[in-house]
Amino acid sequence: MKREVGVALVDGEAQGALAIWPAPLSFWGGYNALLGAVIDRTHPAFGQSAAGRIVAMPKGRGSSSSSAVLAEAIRLGTAPAAILLAEADPILVTGALVARRLYALTCPIAILPLAVSAAFGEGAMLSLRCRAREAIVVAI
Amino acid sequence: MQLTDRDRALAAGDEGEARAFAFEVLEAYATALGVSSFLDISQAHVDGCLYHGQASLDFVERLVRDGGRVAVPTSLNVGSVDLIHPGLIRDPDLEQAGRRLMEAHVELGCERTFSCAPYQSRRRPLFGQQIAWGESNAIVFANSVIGARTERYGDFLDLCCAMTGRAPAYGLHLEENRGGEVLFRLGDDVDFSGGSDAPYVALGALAGDRCAGRIPVFEGLPATTTEDNMKALGAVAASTGAIAMLHAIGVTPEAPTLREAFKGREPRAIFDVGKGELGHALVKLSTARDGDKLAAVSLGTPHFSMAEFEALAAKLVGFRPAPGVAFYVNTSRETLAEIAKSNLKAKLEAAGVLIVADTCVYVTAILDEVEGAVMTNSGKMAHYAPGNLNVDIAFGTLDECLASATAGRVVRLGL
Repeated sequence: MKREVGVALVDGEAQGALAIWPAPLSFWGGYNALLGAVIDRTHPAFGQSAAGRIVAMPKGRGSSSSSAVLAEAIRLGTAPAAILLAEADPILVTGALVARRLYALTCPIAILPLAVSAAFGEGAMLSLRCRAREAIVVAI
Repeated sequence: MQLTDRDRALAAGDEGEARAFAFEVLEAYATALGVSSFLDISQAHVDGCLYHGQASLDFVERLVRDGGRVAVPTSLNVGSVDLIHPGLIRDPDLEQAGRRLMEAHVELGCERTFSCAPYQSRRRPLFGQQIAWGESNAIVFANSVIGARTERYGDFLDLCCAMTGRAPAYGLHLEENRGGEVLFRLGDDVDFSGGSDAPYVALGALAGDRCAGRIPVFEGLPATTTEDNMKALGAVAASTGAIAMLHAIGVTPEAPTLREAFKGREPRAIFDVGKGELGHALVKLSTARDGDKLAAVSLGTPHFSMAEFEALAAKLVGFRPAPGVAFYVNTSRETLAEIAKSNLKAKLEAAGVLIVADTCVYVTAILDEVEGAVMTNSGKMAHYAPGNLNVDIAFGTLDECLASATAGRVVRLGL
């Protein structure tokens, strides 16, 4: 059973199919929380839904309003089940933290190099547990 | 976590439940990033007034319900509604929710500025001042052009800083993290004469693409570079590449020399940029084709400054948009009040210019059912409009925007 360890930024547990995004996405202007779809036409995942998936991407990008869009997507159930970032992104972390405090809904976020995430393979079913700064990703 | 006595008091609720909640978010955020202490900030700019859905409102309403007040002077970013010109927003649900969101922030003690360009205001911070700002273009401007110090604060977090007067001590707040990382050397063939923002927008878009999240240093910008040029450059660089700080040798305050801009370190990468690459970067900002039918022009992303209004007014002799072309300029209520004092506002309106305050065409439902392309002189608007508004966009110089509005189609004047 393939297993990797990263750094937990937002605690929680999630399961879902892996979506590998080779480019960073700004959730604001790039993700429609109502539809649960990537609307940035220049993004490789344009048109795809992230709902319920574990999304791996290099980093956050663009507008500082991305936190609110992520929080709203979490409230509506259209957010990724979890996010694996190659570099810490404070804006996405904030959105996930606020949603957890307002609605008791979690979208764990962890740091894991993109190549390590990608090695699980697009669509692989993963289980993620983030706790006490440690993130454990397991193929299930 | 190294907390001061006041931090512990905030966390314990000594200053009320709202501030305790705000500090709780700050502390969790700092922990997540491995930051172990906080520093005082003397002002905040909150980017929480754009209605992105129920979550933005739920957060602020919780602070209002708990009797919250901001701890430092706090300005507000654009909202979803033009409170000065009611009726401009075509979506009644958005109008209602957006209006409540703006009012709830005011109930927390924030000032009714509603501008994405707080650096054009009388509240502008000073060199070296520690601040907590939201809004990506304002962040890059404050750090780079003013030399004030802020990290990238997203929605929620900027308000948490404002509520507590504290910010995590990390990133661009600290001297050692403000040095340049990537060098862009401009070729002699790049023409900055004429004062157009276009070469600056091209450079910002290119830097955003090539060094996302890093600190670019530009060598070769002319001494005639204006704050509005830097505003245009920073806004597109922040949009395309999350750039929160940049240096321009001889132009920005922390970059009198190359050595000082890089704080004595070597660039991670060096790019030589010529006219051809900048031209290509501009072409990439347009999805509409030359000659396409034009539905609207939108200027002022970020908000139009006084100097930009004066430059526009000087070009309006005999100008009139073609039938079916709406010509918008977005600005702050503070700048609007200034142009209303002179005859500028009347002159603009007589020429058919529609002035939008408190918000911006690209973030809310202002445009009528659009049949045709939208044109702008803003790289930031060009980057976001296709996704946000589902329109085709043409980036052009101010002169091209005016010529196109007159012709009713996308016109190029040749650079």
